[in-house]
Amino acid sequence: MSGVWRQHLTELVIVSALFLLVSALGFVAARWRAPRSMAHLDEWGLGGRGLGGWTTWFLIGGDLYTAYTFVPVPALLFGAGAAGFFAVPYTVIVYPLVYLALVRLWSVSHRHGFVTPADFVRARFGSPTLALAVALTGIVATMPYIALQLVGIEAVLKAMGVTGESPLARHLPTIVAFAILAAYTYQSGLRAPALIAFVKDTLIYLVIVVAVVYLPYRLGGWDRVIAAAEAKFAASPHPDDGIVLTTGGQVQYVTLALGSALALFLYPHCLTGVLASRNRDVIKRNMSALPAYSLLLGLIALLGYLAIAAGVEPLPGTTPGSVDSNTVVPLLFDQEFPDWFAGIAFAAIGIGALVPAAIMSIAAANLFTRNIYKEYLRPRATPAEETRVSQITSLLVKVGAVACVVFLDPQFSIDLQLIGGVLILQTLPAVALGLFTRWFHRGALLAGWACGMGFGLWLLYQIPNPATGRAHFGGSAVPLARFGVDTSATVYVGLLAVLVNLVVVVVLTVLLRAARVPDGRDGTEPGDYLADEDDPRTGRAPSDEAPAPPAGHPDQRGLPAAAP
Amino acid sequence: MHEPAPHEPAPHESAAREPAAREPAQPTPGRAPRAAAPAGARERSPWHWLLLLPIAVPLATPLYNRVEPRLFGLPAFYWLQLAFILLGVGTTTLVYRVTVRRMPRRHR
Repeated sequence: MSGVWRQHLTELVIVSALFLLVSALGFVAARWRAPRSMAHLDEWGLGGRGLGGWTTWFLIGGDLYTAYTFVPVPALLFGAGAAGFFAVPYTVIVYPLVYLALVRLWSVSHRHGFVTPADFVRARFGSPTLALAVALTGIVATMPYIALQLVGIEAVLKAMGVTGESPLARHLPTIVAFAILAAYTYQSGLRAPALIAFVKDTLIYLVIVVAVVYLPYRLGGWDRVIAAAEAKFAASPHPDDGIVLTTGGQVQYVTLALGSALALFLYPHCLTGVLASRNRDVIKRNMSALPAYSLLLGLIALLGYLAIAAGVEPLPGTTPGSVDSNTVVPLLFDQEFPDWFAGIAFAAIGIGALVPAAIMSIAAANLFTRNIYKEYLRPRATPAEETRVSQITSLLVKVGAVACVVFLDPQFSIDLQLIGGVLILQTLPAVALGLFTRWFHRGALLAGWACGMGFGLWLLYQIPNPATGRAHFGGSAVPLARFGVDTSATVYVGLLAVLVNLVVVVVLTVLLRAARVPDGRDGTEPGDYLADEDDPRTGRAPSDEAPAPPAGHPDQRGLPAAAP
Repeated sequence: MHEPAPHEPAPHESAAREPAAREPAQPTPGRAPRAAAPAGARERSPWHWLLLLPIAVPLATPLYNRVEPRLFGLPAFYWLQLAFILLGVGTTTLVYRVTVRRMPRRHR
C-alpha cells in the first residue's frame, strides 16, 4: 500500500461511514413493507410489485443514472467536448418515446405475472426459443454493465489514493464492498436498492447542486470556464472536438442519442423498476418526473468543463503512457472542495454504483431463473424454488463482475458494454414493437435478431480507435462513407443494426405468412395491455399483502410457496 | 380488498387465459369487446401525438448547435438542451393530465 491515502483520511472516514449506513439499510430493507413470505419472485425480485410514485422515482432514477453515467459522461466532455453531451438529449427523448409502451408492458405483466421481458415475449409469440434469445441477450448486455459499476467505484478509490502494488490489494476495497452488496441483495432482493436509492440520490443531488453553483463562481464564471475548454480543444490535434458539434459529428450525435434511448428500456434492469411499480399511473407520472435526473446529468456533464478550467490532470491509466479520464471528476472534487465535502461526493458516486449493480444482478438472475432454469431445466419449479435460484444466481453474477474487473483489463468491460448496447437493441422488434402489434412471425423475429446481432458485431469489430492504437472495437460510430454515401458523417452502429433487423423481420414475416409456416399462439389478448392495479384477473391483492395464489394458474403462480 | 369494476370480467372467466397454462383457453363470447372498449378509448387519445414534439426537437441539432446566444455565459448548445428537459417534462405532464381526465380513475 502506498501512503498517499493518509492525506485523504477524512474522505476515507466519511466514505466508509456512509457505506456502512447504506449496508445497514440494505439488510433492514427486508423488513420494509415486509410480505408474509419472501419466497416468491414477485417479492424478492420485484419488491412486491407495489412500489409507489416516490419509491419508483428513486428506484428507476437510481437504476438508469448509474455511477457509470456520472463518471464517464463528464470525462467525455473533458476529452471531446460537445459530443459527450449527447447523454442529455438521449435522456430527454427516452421518456416520451417509451411512455405508451411501458404502461402496456406493465399491464400485461401485471395480469400474467411476467417478471422479465422474455416472459412477455414467450407468451406473446408462443416461442420459448425467441424468449431464450431475448433472455440471453439481456444477460450478456447486463453483465458488463455491472462490471462497469465497479469501474466507477475504482475511479473514486484511485482519487483517494487507495492504490496497491498487486491487483488483489488494489481491488480489495471493491471486493469487500461487493461482497456486502451481494449479501444484502441476497437477503432483501429489490427492496434493498429501492431503499438505498433514497440515500444515494439525496447525496448526489446535494453534491451536484453545490458543485454547479459554487465551482463556476470559484473559477470565475461560466464565460471563463467555457473559454478554457475552447482553448483546450483549439490546441488539441483532434479535429472532432470543440464546444459545439462539427458538421459531420451531428449525425453521430443524433443517432447515438436516438439509439441509446431506444435501447435503454430494453435493458432488463430498467424494466425491473417499471414492473415493480404499483400501477399504470405511477409509471406515467414517473415519465414526467424522471427527467429531473436528466437535468442532474446535464449539470454533471458540465463538471467536465469545470475540470478543464480548474486544471485537473487525469491520473495515469493501467497501461504506461495512458490516462484514466474517469478520474477527472473525483480529482476535481478532491482538488476544489474541503475534505469532508469531497468525502460526501465520493460516497455519492460509490453508492451510486451499488444501487444499479444490485438491480442489474437481480434482473439478470430473474432472466436466468424464469427463461432458462424454469423453461429448460426444471419446468415444475415452485415460486420458492425460483426465488432461491434467483438469489444464488444474483450472487454468481456479482462474483463474475468482480472477476471481470480484477482479472481482466477494465477496457474489456467497457468494450463489452459498448457491444451490449448494440446487442440489446436487437430485442426491440420482439419486446417493444411486440407490445403494439402481433403481426410479426416468431421465425422472422428470431432471424431478424440473429442478423441484427451479426451485422452489429461485424461493424463494431471493424472500428479502430486511433487514439489508443486499437484495431477493433474502438468505438460505436461507423463512417457513412463506408456504405457509399459521400459524407464525413458517422452513425451509431446500434441504429444501423436494428434497421437491418427490422427489414429482415418484415420481409420474412411476409414470406413465412405467404408460405403458411405455423406461427406461435398469442397467449395475451388486447384487454391485457390496458389492465390496471384493480384488475381482478391477477388475483393479486394490494401491495402490502402476501401473494395469494390465483386459482387456475397451475403453471406460473399456482403452487403455494414453501411457507405454509 | 377491491371490487371488480362493472365492465370488467370476473376472475373465473379468465383463469384459463394464462399463456403457460396447459389447457387451451375457453373462449368466452362477448368478453373481449367489453374489456377493450373503454380502455381502447383512453389509449387512442390524439393527445398522445404531442409526445412526438419532445422527441423530435432534441434530435434537431441545427436548432441548437451554436454558441450564441449565451445564458449566464453558457453557450446556446448547452442551455437550450437543458431547456429541452422542461419541454419534455411539460409535454408528458400535459399529455398525462389531459388523458387522465378523460378516464376518471376507478375507485377501489
